[in-house]
Amino acid sequence: MVTVTSWGRLSLENHSLVALDASKGLVAQIQGAKPGIAFGMGRSYGDICLNPGGIVWSTSGLDRFIAFDAQTGDLTCEAGVLLRDIQRLFIPQGWILPVTPGTQMVTVGGAIANDIHGKNHHRFGSFGDHVQIIELARTDGTFISCGPSIEPQWFAATVGGLGLTGLITQATIRLKPVAGPWLDTETIPYQSLEEFFKLADGSEADWEHTVSWIDCLAGSNGRGIFMRATPSLQTAKLPNRKKALKMALVPPVSLVNKLTLKPFNTLYFELNRKRAGKRLVHYEPFFYPLDNILEWNRMYGPKGFYQYQSVVPREVGQDATAEMLRAIKQSGTGSFLAVLKTFGQRESVGMMSFPMPGVTLALDFPNQDAVTEKLFARLDAIVREARGRIYLAKDARMPRDIFEAGYPLFEEFKAYRDPGISSQMSRRLLGS
Amino acid sequence: MTAKRIVIVGATSRLAELCARLWVAKQTVDLVLVGRNLSKLEVIAADLRVRSPKSVVSIQVADFTELLAIQSFVDAICHQHGSPDIVLIAHGSLPDQQACQTDLEQVAEGLNINGLSPVLFAEAFANKMQNNSKGAIAIIGSVAGDRGRKSNYVYGAAKGLVTRYAQGMQHRFAGSGVSIVLVKPGPTDTPMTAELKSSGAKLASADEVAGLIVEGIEQGKLLIYAPKKWALIMMIIRHLPRFVFNKMNI
Repeated sequence: MVTVTSWGRLSLENHSLVALDASKGLVAQIQGAKPGIAFGMGRSYGDICLNPGGIVWSTSGLDRFIAFDAQTGDLTCEAGVLLRDIQRLFIPQGWILPVTPGTQMVTVGGAIANDIHGKNHHRFGSFGDHVQIIELARTDGTFISCGPSIEPQWFAATVGGLGLTGLITQATIRLKPVAGPWLDTETIPYQSLEEFFKLADGSEADWEHTVSWIDCLAGSNGRGIFMRATPSLQTAKLPNRKKALKMALVPPVSLVNKLTLKPFNTLYFELNRKRAGKRLVHYEPFFYPLDNILEWNRMYGPKGFYQYQSVVPREVGQDATAEMLRAIKQSGTGSFLAVLKTFGQRESVGMMSFPMPGVTLALDFPNQDAVTEKLFARLDAIVREARGRIYLAKDARMPRDIFEAGYPLFEEFKAYRDPGISSQMSRRLLGS
Repeated sequence: MTAKRIVIVGATSRLAELCARLWVAKQTVDLVLVGRNLSKLEVIAADLRVRSPKSVVSIQVADFTELLAIQSFVDAICHQHGSPDIVLIAHGSLPDQQACQTDLEQVAEGLNINGLSPVLFAEAFANKMQNNSKGAIAIIGSVAGDRGRKSNYVYGAAKGLVTRYAQGMQHRFAGSGVSIVLVKPGPTDTPMTAELKSSGAKLASADEVAGLIVEGIEQGKLLIYAPKKWALIMMIIRHLPRFVFNKMNI
């Protein structure tokens, strides 16, 4: 038994860890008396990848490329391959992952099971939109190949399927041509939500990537830093990578707290206001700003942290966001890690995928027990009323009614579950 | 410039595979992967070919314990590919110490695969390189070879043999263009140590160890402890007086 945690570090419980080895027959390794769940890099925040007292199947050994077609950009690889390794290998060859989340330290299997999204949703949708084939191994010994044109129902269940439809063993992803590793970016401070939405809407046509940092203490007015980017034609060589910093220990209390948050946010806003304007930026700092601080999640102290990421439809987006910001300001808790962005007008391929047309707000909160719970109850009420949903990849606590309202296809999804697979999240939200 | 010629014996070992990835990431290579299991070799070769489409990756199946076949096997590889620039000898398997103590056959097997076989490969390749006056042979030993311990002295003795053999070869090739590199990894997170890991042991990352091996070979080091802290730990363990050592349960 070893202790396993996820990115939020909210729990540290014993699991029996099975390191999957593709050369030994994967089915035999996932069959057993007790159910398990696939575990990649543990970058999801809550309990989607956890199974306390039970089995986790580590996919870190399934890290091989299988084939690459330089005509189509189709890359076939095992499920444990890191997005980082794909980017670093293929960008110099003129290919890039069309969709990437805010960290590249995630596996292909995890990216599919959470149907992750990036800053370019309005242009390229979510990760599942670029997956051609998924190979599933089921605990009953069967294998399923699925994709947009083969077994499309299995595909729809598996993309964003929380790892519950079978073990994703390998996948084929279509990469996108790219000139080089650079992005033309522009940083624009904004002083109100109205300004944010104007910027977001006005950028969709000409900019591939849009995202914003928001000051979670600014209240319903909302100030922040809007960032947009589009691939540059610059092809200058990769600079030498800076050595990553590391959060070497877990501080006894959260470094993000009432005393530090306000000065930090003010400083961050002012610094970026001074740096506003256009700039050429390498893809790594733009896409993955936090990857250069290893184990930054430790900064929230021994009790860990929650991330609350919701999406609400665009019609009510501005009001709901203002309401949530007001609630957060009143609660006096929060973090400087706060992101506001719009999703494009496109539905996700997965039955249980998170992205939907609307606006998404993501905020970290150090775990302060009752204070945090009380705030989340208020935020839940706003999401419920706005007919929004909460991102499963980030969740460790959402009430079941919010889940069921947010993911209306959950009953249909159950039919595709592998009975030999179960996680703490599936037991919490799906009942088994 | 011609592609660097690299031969990896025991190419399906995790450390060897990660070293191969680092080599193909740096340059175009002519790489020969030698292993026991054809299908495993094919999977690894396919991965390396995606990583480096211009490199030539070929595979050879060998039975490492057939000691008498090693010479002709090495002859054939060198005949086909030329004398290599780098040979990495990485095969081995962790014997079950308890089982060994009641089954001499397992002792012999453990000594054979972890000790005799690697040094015979090294000797055979060294003779080719001597004719060419250049090349590096890196052999994966182990910190376990530094002092016999009750928990795994079959493995430790085999790796001790590798250590002493490498020392002798280093002496022989001192000042020549041929270098002999002895690598001593500490307990590393690989499939060989899966059981240790599931019992909660702290293991070094295989990526880190592979990085140190490739870097050490490039820098012409004779001895690579990986991670580096093992140099200090093993110095202490080697020098512990017996009355202290015997009280330790290691």
